[in-house]
Amino acid sequence: MSRRIVPPLVSGTLFGAGLALGGMTDPARVRGFLDLFGAWDPTLAFVMGGAVIVMAIAWRFVPGMRRPLFAEKFALPDRTDLTPKLIIGAALFGIGWGIAGLCPGPGVAALAIAPASAAVFVLALLAGMGIVRLTERSS
Amino acid sequence: MTLPGFPDAAPLAGLAGGVLIGLAAALMLLGAGRIAGVSGITARAVGLSDGGISRDGAWAFVLGLPLGALVVALLSGGIDARFANPVTLAIAGLLVGIGTRLGSGCTSGHGVCGVSRLSRRSLVATAVFMAFGIGTVAVMNLLGIDVL
Repeated sequence: MSRRIVPPLVSGTLFGAGLALGGMTDPARVRGFLDLFGAWDPTLAFVMGGAVIVMAIAWRFVPGMRRPLFAEKFALPDRTDLTPKLIIGAALFGIGWGIAGLCPGPGVAALAIAPASAAVFVLALLAGMGIVRLTERSS
Repeated sequence: MTLPGFPDAAPLAGLAGGVLIGLAAALMLLGAGRIAGVSGITARAVGLSDGGISRDGAWAFVLGLPLGALVVALLSGGIDARFANPVTLAIAGLLVGIGTRLGSGCTSGHGVCGVSRLSRRSLVATAVFMAFGIGTVAVMNLLGIDVL
């Protein structure tokens, strides 16, 4: 039980703290990064750079581990195919991200900072996910 | 610290926040053997995705996100944040929800975990959502649409 709950809880909390510390829970800062042709704010590049560097190191430990520290086995994505679905999905996500300056992580984390605004975004996010779920089930 | 030429940028806070996010993702990877992808884990928590992390584990991660943000807000004496109006937030949320499920991930799963692994799908997805995000802001600015 605790092995199932504690690592994701600690991970989510660190993740939310990192988003807030890095300024990513402020849509103005995220849109400032996406405003490449205007008053560009490179802060998001430092956030992503820091995260990617730490994770690039973490990935190097995986091949030498027989199992994760607190779970039975690794369950990691192994697809390499580039599909229209991947591209169209990423494009739609990018448009939504640009419109309001929020992606899923900061949207959920911002529930602690601006509950009303974040709740509207998160409910719509879940509705969008539900639409995909319904269409995939019926096809 | 400020960055020459970019008075609004917060490079050190950004880097520190990024390292925390990296540690969070590393804990999911090396501890739980899974990708810390927020869109996938959120879908899993509410039952919109099968398989993957256990549902109680997914809820623990999702609840941790605002908890961590709250801790930073309390320690730093408040966090500045400007949000779009509810209609704009709803449209954006719908697009992000549809897009991240079709595209199998968002900024965390593809942008951080996949890019650091040099996954082909994640590198392409990240390039595409970055390009469309930048293009969307550019077009909105061109049309004079100010949402914040």
